[in-house]
Amino acid sequence: MDITLQQVSYAYAKNTPFEKRALFDVDLHIPSGSYQAIIGHTGSGKSTVLQHLNALLKPTDGSIQIGDVEVSAGKKNKQLRKVRQKVGIVFQFPEHQLFDETVLKDIMFGPMNFGVPEQEAKRRAIELVSLLGLPDEVLEKSPFDLSGGQMRRVAIAGVLAMNPEVLVLDEPTAGLDPKGRKEIMDLFYRLHKEKGLTTILVTHSMEDAARYADRIAIMHDGKCVLAGTPQEIFSDEGRLMDFRLELPQSMKFQKKVEQMMGKKLPALCLTEEMLAEELARFLKKEREL
Amino acid sequence: MLEKMIFGRYIPGDSFIHRLDARAKLIFVFLFIAVVFIANNWITYGILVAFTFLIIRMSKIRLYFLINGLKPVVILIIFTFLLHLFFTREGAVIFEWKFIKIYEEGLRQGIFISIRFFVLVILTSILTLTTTPISITDALETLLNPLKKWKLPVHELALMMSISLRFIPTLMDETDKIMKAQMARGSDMTTGSMKERVNAIVPLLIPLFVSAFKRAEDLATAMEVRGYKGGEGRTRYRKLEWAAKDTIIILSLVVLAAVLVYFRS
Repeated sequence: MDITLQQVSYAYAKNTPFEKRALFDVDLHIPSGSYQAIIGHTGSGKSTVLQHLNALLKPTDGSIQIGDVEVSAGKKNKQLRKVRQKVGIVFQFPEHQLFDETVLKDIMFGPMNFGVPEQEAKRRAIELVSLLGLPDEVLEKSPFDLSGGQMRRVAIAGVLAMNPEVLVLDEPTAGLDPKGRKEIMDLFYRLHKEKGLTTILVTHSMEDAARYADRIAIMHDGKCVLAGTPQEIFSDEGRLMDFRLELPQSMKFQKKVEQMMGKKLPALCLTEEMLAEELARFLKKEREL
Repeated sequence: MLEKMIFGRYIPGDSFIHRLDARAKLIFVFLFIAVVFIANNWITYGILVAFTFLIIRMSKIRLYFLINGLKPVVILIIFTFLLHLFFTREGAVIFEWKFIKIYEEGLRQGIFISIRFFVLVILTSILTLTTTPISITDALETLLNPLKKWKLPVHELALMMSISLRFIPTLMDETDKIMKAQMARGSDMTTGSMKERVNAIVPLLIPLFVSAFKRAEDLATAMEVRGYKGGEGRTRYRKLEWAAKDTIIILSLVVLAAVLVYFRS
C-alpha cells in the first residue's frame, strides 16, 4: 500500500490563542513494501507526520493518499476504519495503552474491533506471544503484572494482531535495554522482509535508521528537508549538522580511520558489521601491496 | 479534540486584568457572585452583561475563543433555560400547543437565569484564564490563612489544589494520547449505540487511572526526596503585591452593586 503525502500542513489548536503550526507543506512518498525511516531532532514534527499516516490527525491543508483512500483537509471520510486496520501504529511507550484483564484479551482487542472472529483473534494472539519471545503463561496474566519490557512486547503484539499492511513505529525501543532493543528491531526487520510489511520507523537513532531503512527522510522545523537512501543522506555530514543530527557511530569511526590512514574506504559503512568487513578487506589489501 | 477546553487553562498575557493581584481577582469573583443576585429586571441584567463585556475587553481575550471554550457549559445553560421555560406557570400564556404552555414569566425567568449563569461562568473563566494556577492557590492560601486558628490545614489544601490544577493539562494530553492509541486499534468512541460508546470508554479510563496513580506516586517520591515536609516555616519565592488598581477593581464592584440596587425594581 503506497502512502503519499502532498503539501501536508498541520496546525494544533487551530483558531485558538494556543495555535501552533507543526507541519509545513510536507511532501513524502512511501512506496509499498519499503522500509522508510523518518529522523529529526525533538520537536521537528516527526510524531505529527506519524499521526497523519492513519488519519488520527487530518491535515489542515493538503492531502494524503493512503492506499486507495484519500484524506484531505476539511473532508469527512467514511473509510477511516479501513485505513486504520491496514495501518498499524506502535506509539511511543505503547505499554500505556494496555487495559484488559488478561494479556490474551488485550491482544485480541484490536482484531476483534475490526470484526475478526474470536477464534482467529485468539490464534493470532497465541502465535504473536511466542513470536515476540514471551512465555505462553503470560497469556492468562494481567498485563499490569508484567515487567516493563514484557508489557512493551504485549502492546506490540496487540498492534501486529490486526495484521496491518503498513506498520508505523514511533521510537519502538525507547527505554528498553540494549538486548531487548536489538531483538525487537530485528523482529520488525524480519516481518518487513518475510511478509513484505511496509515499515515506517520514526526514530532518534541514526544507527537504527542506517541499519534497517532503505529510505530515510529528515524532518526539521515541521518541514521534510531531505529524503533519499541512507547512502545519500549520510554522505554529507555538514548538511546533517545543519539539522542538528549526527552520523551513525559506524560512519564516525570510519571517518576517523580514513583520517588516520589518509585513504578512503570504497563504501560508506552503514553498520558495524559492514565496517568491520570493509576494514578487514582494506587492511588485507594494504598488506599485500 | 480536547484542545478547545479552556477550564483551568491559563493564557499568558499582559492586560490590565492579567496584572491584577490574584487576591483581588479572587475576592472580586466571590463578591460578583453575590452582586449578580441583586439584578431582577431587564435594565439591571443589561448592566450586568455590559459590565461583563467590559471585563472581557479589558482581559484582551478573544471573544470567539471564550465562547467556543464554553460550549460544554452552554448545554447546561440551555437545559436550565428550558426547565424554567416549561415549568414556571405565572403571567400570561404566550404560546400554546397541545399540552405545552409557555408563560410570559417563564420566558423571562428562563432568560434571566441563563444570563446569570452565563456572566458567572464567563467571569470565573476569565479568572482562571488570566491568572496562573500558582498565583490562584497562593492567593487562596493567604486569604484563608486566618482559618488556621481553627486548625484548618490551609497550606495542605492549597497544595492539593495547585497539584490538581497543575495536572489537568497533563491528564488531558494523556487522555488524547491513549484515545489515539485505542482508535488506532479500531476502538471507536464517536459512533455506535450508547452501549457501544460506554464500552469504548473502558479501554481509555483504565490506562488513564493506572498512569494517574503512577504519576501521583512518582510525585510523592520526588517531593519527599527534595525534603518537603509541609507548610511549617516555609518561606515564599513569589510575593503577592496589592496595588491601587486592585483596590479600584474591588471598588468598581461596589459601584456596580450600588447602580444595580438603584435600578432594581
